[in-house]
Amino acid sequence: MQQVNKKPKSLTEARMHYCPGCGHGIAHRLVAECIDELGVQGRAVGVAPVGCSVFADDYFNCDMIQGPHGRGPAIATGIKRCRPQCVVFSYQGDGDLASIGMAETIHSAARSENITLVFINNSIYGMTGGQMAPTTLLGQKSTTSPKGRDAAVNGYPIRVCELLSQLEGARYLERTSVHSAAHVIKTKKALKKAFQCQLDNKGFSMVEVLSMCPTNLGITPKECVKFIAEKMLPQYPLGVYKDLDAKKG
Amino acid sequence: MPEIKVDEVRCKGCELCTAACPKQCIVMSETFGVTGYYPAKFSKPEACTGCALCAQICPDLAIEVYK
Amino acid sequence: MGEKLLMKGNEALAEGAVRAGCRFFAGYPITPQNEVPEYMSWRLSEAGGTFIQAESEVAAINMLYGAAATGTRTMTSSSSPGISLKQEGVSYCAGADLPIFFANVVRGGPGLGNISGSQGDYFQSTRGGGHGDYRVFVMAPNSVEEMGNFPLKCYETAEKYRVPAMILADGILGQMMEPIEFKFEAIDPKQLKAPDWALGVNEGRPKRIVRSYDLREGALEHLTLSRAKRYKEIEDKEALCEEKMTEDADLILVAYGTASRVCQAALKMARESGLKVGLARPITLWPFPKKKLSELSARAKSLLVVEMSLGQMIEDVKLAVECRLSVHLHARCSGAVLTGEEVFQAVQGLLKKSKKGEALCSR
Repeated sequence: MQQVNKKPKSLTEARMHYCPGCGHGIAHRLVAECIDELGVQGRAVGVAPVGCSVFADDYFNCDMIQGPHGRGPAIATGIKRCRPQCVVFSYQGDGDLASIGMAETIHSAARSENITLVFINNSIYGMTGGQMAPTTLLGQKSTTSPKGRDAAVNGYPIRVCELLSQLEGARYLERTSVHSAAHVIKTKKALKKAFQCQLDNKGFSMVEVLSMCPTNLGITPKECVKFIAEKMLPQYPLGVYKDLDAKKG
Repeated sequence: MPEIKVDEVRCKGCELCTAACPKQCIVMSETFGVTGYYPAKFSKPEACTGCALCAQICPDLAIEVYK
Repeated sequence: MGEKLLMKGNEALAEGAVRAGCRFFAGYPITPQNEVPEYMSWRLSEAGGTFIQAESEVAAINMLYGAAATGTRTMTSSSSPGISLKQEGVSYCAGADLPIFFANVVRGGPGLGNISGSQGDYFQSTRGGGHGDYRVFVMAPNSVEEMGNFPLKCYETAEKYRVPAMILADGILGQMMEPIEFKFEAIDPKQLKAPDWALGVNEGRPKRIVRSYDLREGALEHLTLSRAKRYKEIEDKEALCEEKMTEDADLILVAYGTASRVCQAALKMARESGLKVGLARPITLWPFPKKKLSELSARAKSLLVVEMSLGQMIEDVKLAVECRLSVHLHARCSGAVLTGEEVFQAVQGLLKKSKKGEALCSR
């Protein structure tokens, strides 16, 4: 008998600190598998700004840099411009990428920096303990919107793929999810396309991954899967929002 | 016959694999594992097709699938 | 090298950095330092480097954080409000031991303030500036020639000790034109040895991590203490101070940057009137030349600190002389420019008082 699934070389042996049912572990594995399969482990550099995934520098088995909250795309810009032969990715959560770091996100896309953003959207702040995120749904409870997000007080959730799709510099944008095995497989394909976009020197790419945060939503992992399927998908439709190749074809 | 092995040290008992298995081959253990979680347990070896969907959804790389 | 050029201070700063091997610059417009990014925008592309006009000062410093992590000689520049915005990033660079180089062409503050030259950012520069226990190597030029020649020293010191390094200038130094001679051969960064911590193509070596955190019990203190040892070494070895006519001086003026130029005029007037006055100019502000000032305090009767700030450097001077003599302050602030005459008058006033035997009260 042969082993069907292999742990990617681009992940270390470290046991990840994430909570039970958290989607980060899945997304980490997929990114690492892409790095392996594209044969770029020796020149991959990952950026992990503040958030639950700040400790990703222990998990990815390639050069890593930890950064300030929200500044991943700026750091990745600095690395990529100095070492264009490196494959540079920034792995960020929703508070990080879409709130404090929104300027860096938009401008790195506008400049079409040849980097790849992996954007984990779980609709909540994880590391700090379940505060309202820019992606929190209307009516969704959080520790800073205890009665549910009210548009009159807290405004509306941000759809990042749709927003970035308006920019000419954004070259590959897709929203996927990891709430089921089938979606996990699709997410891997999207990530691989995004990294390929960088390898082909086409410019800015980003994959937004809808993901589970059962701890901070106060529900079980299985309920969290249901939350994504029933609540998040209508607000954040899956699909390709920008694909340079598709346009040409 | 295909089979899966669950690494009890890595498994955090999230139960996502039990829902992912199309043949309901995985159940949760009724006793604590070494890390204090109830780990997943391979319960119906005869039904396993080795599709590895359980390993796809596992956030902790705790499942090895053999075919 | 050898050639005399006529340059603006800001241009000299930029050219000096490029000659010292800078190949990455990220910045954001703010007066009175705009000539630095403007110069870099064409000069770095000529030199095969990268210039980015960032979306903000915050983005600029974080681009440096990434670029410096690859072992590249980097630079950013700004003026007071923009430097405040960059401080989080500087703290991260200090925490991750990245040798970045930046310049603050100081303007009047606080707030938006004005665009005149000032020395109001002394505390911010010499105390670290951002959050956490750290120091930044700070050099204070007082001429266009020094604006152009100090970046090399900043890079060398930053890399030797793995600390951020900065030049603290001001709007006057940035805007004025003077002849300059670059006193070193231009450096080709390709000839520099790649540091053993730099990120990039790994060619089979173990992975490298650049980070500023450590959550393990006691580990961060251990890390910070090992950095503190390097700080101590910098304090012991790298402090620089220039002296003029201090040998026989009763009163020594202490001033840096633009204020020290004004003091030179006052010094000339004083000596011409037969007054025994000298000048000590700290060239590094951190490390502060404590030993030198301590030595001078054994010779002189009193010190007059001249600043274009409310009285910031005077605290370091007092700490250095440990109450062995009286220390006075002549200060202008928020973009007001000192004159030689007013400093000379302050000197005359002080010496008159001391002749009468009046107690010299400090400040």
